[in-house]
Amino acid sequence: MKEELIVSGRMNYKVDPVLHIWGWEIPVYLFLGGLAAGILFFAALYYLRGKEKEYQSAVKWAPMFTPFFLIIGLGALFLDLHHKPYFWRLYTTIKLQSPMSWGAWTLMVVTPLSIIWSATYVRELFPKWDWKFKRIYDLEVFFTKNRTSLAWIMIVFAVILGIYTGILLSAFNARPLWNTSILGPLFLVSGLSAGAALIMVMSTNPSERKRFGQIDLMLIAIELFLIIHMFMGFNASSQVQIEAAALFLGGPYTLPFWIFVVFLGMVVPAFLEFWELRGNHIPAYIPAVLIISGNVMLRFIIVYAGQASRYLY
Amino acid sequence: MRYAMAVDTKKCVGCSDCVVACQTENNVPIGYCRDWIVEVTDGTYPQLELEIRSERCNHCANAPCVRCCPTGASHYADGGIVLVTEDMCIGCGACIASCPYDARYPHPDGYADKCTFCIHRVEKGQKPACVEVCPTKCLYFGDLDDPNSDVSKVLKKRKYKTLIPEAGTKPQLYFLI
Repeated sequence: MKEELIVSGRMNYKVDPVLHIWGWEIPVYLFLGGLAAGILFFAALYYLRGKEKEYQSAVKWAPMFTPFFLIIGLGALFLDLHHKPYFWRLYTTIKLQSPMSWGAWTLMVVTPLSIIWSATYVRELFPKWDWKFKRIYDLEVFFTKNRTSLAWIMIVFAVILGIYTGILLSAFNARPLWNTSILGPLFLVSGLSAGAALIMVMSTNPSERKRFGQIDLMLIAIELFLIIHMFMGFNASSQVQIEAAALFLGGPYTLPFWIFVVFLGMVVPAFLEFWELRGNHIPAYIPAVLIISGNVMLRFIIVYAGQASRYLY
Repeated sequence: MRYAMAVDTKKCVGCSDCVVACQTENNVPIGYCRDWIVEVTDGTYPQLELEIRSERCNHCANAPCVRCCPTGASHYADGGIVLVTEDMCIGCGACIASCPYDARYPHPDGYADKCTFCIHRVEKGQKPACVEVCPTKCLYFGDLDDPNSDVSKVLKKRKYKTLIPEAGTKPQLYFLI
């Protein structure tokens, strides 16, 4: 049998024997970013469709969490940096070819936007709230008047944020598993589905719950389609991508991926949603928790497995 | 000007002198290396072939690390040498993940570090440290645009290959075979 044995004298920290430059911080950020993008997308969407009164959780309550999600996510990103005192260098340049650069700028737009959006609803949701300064009241009046424009900006940037979490990884052709353009749409849809799941849990209005149950069902179907498509693409591609797919088709990531991400995170909640839509009662938190944990697992597995996939030469 | 290096795999014995010279010249922190030796055994026993390569950053003409760097710290210097400006680097790791040759590593001080083709020596007209010390003279360095440079002359005479050309990086480290 023809064999090839490669011995390298290199043992650089975080690079050898297998790349592990990115730890838990990146998947945590990718998850929180995607979740925030999902919530903000639905908040803007249903505001623009005039459902502010009917879908209160989507438009008003859930967005209250997004500044926290984004700030915790940004905190995780900051922890990941190895040269922390220089983080501000991200904001002295715009490099269009670098997804991380325009992602950093997107966050710079989305985070304040999420704070403004939530702030315009704070006094409505918490009547005793006092902004203390007149200037803030003036700003509140201004932004409340311009909510429609805010919603349009937010819907666009939410999509960019959601898709960027995937494109960040897909831009690396050195890691064949990440190097697929499906990853952008997949992470966007999965972020939307996590957002919809959270809104569904928070909602007390049956029609809103039903709508977000339907949305989740549809998003899971799209996710499954994208995942199948991704593996078909890998298996029809070059040897390195066939090997990348093999990590999930018999390789070390097979069980975690198909059980925790696909079965428990997509198939089971889809079945539960379907069951519920048929008129049976299922507590909303069960499918929601499954969807959200599947979402977290998806990011962890893709980030870790991607670093294990490489060119051998 | 286009700096490049050629490595004669027929002459390299894998002594690692280039590795140690680099570590000394560039104050590479202990436990890390900017260049390294790879030994590839190929074939069916007893017909085995051994290839020994001294590897380092390929100073790609289409470098993914430069493309994905969010701050512009990774850049092309004169002659196409790929460099990192330390106080512009945030240590995000994108360039490290983007390199198909895994030529970069996170320096303990935080920034991404790698081979510089010893630009501080080259600017003075000297050869990179690894080339200078190689006991079998298997490393050739120079300007590809100058037909009389060591590297141009040897690439004219000999057959060569580059590593993972299919990654589209246009590597500038040539292996004589």
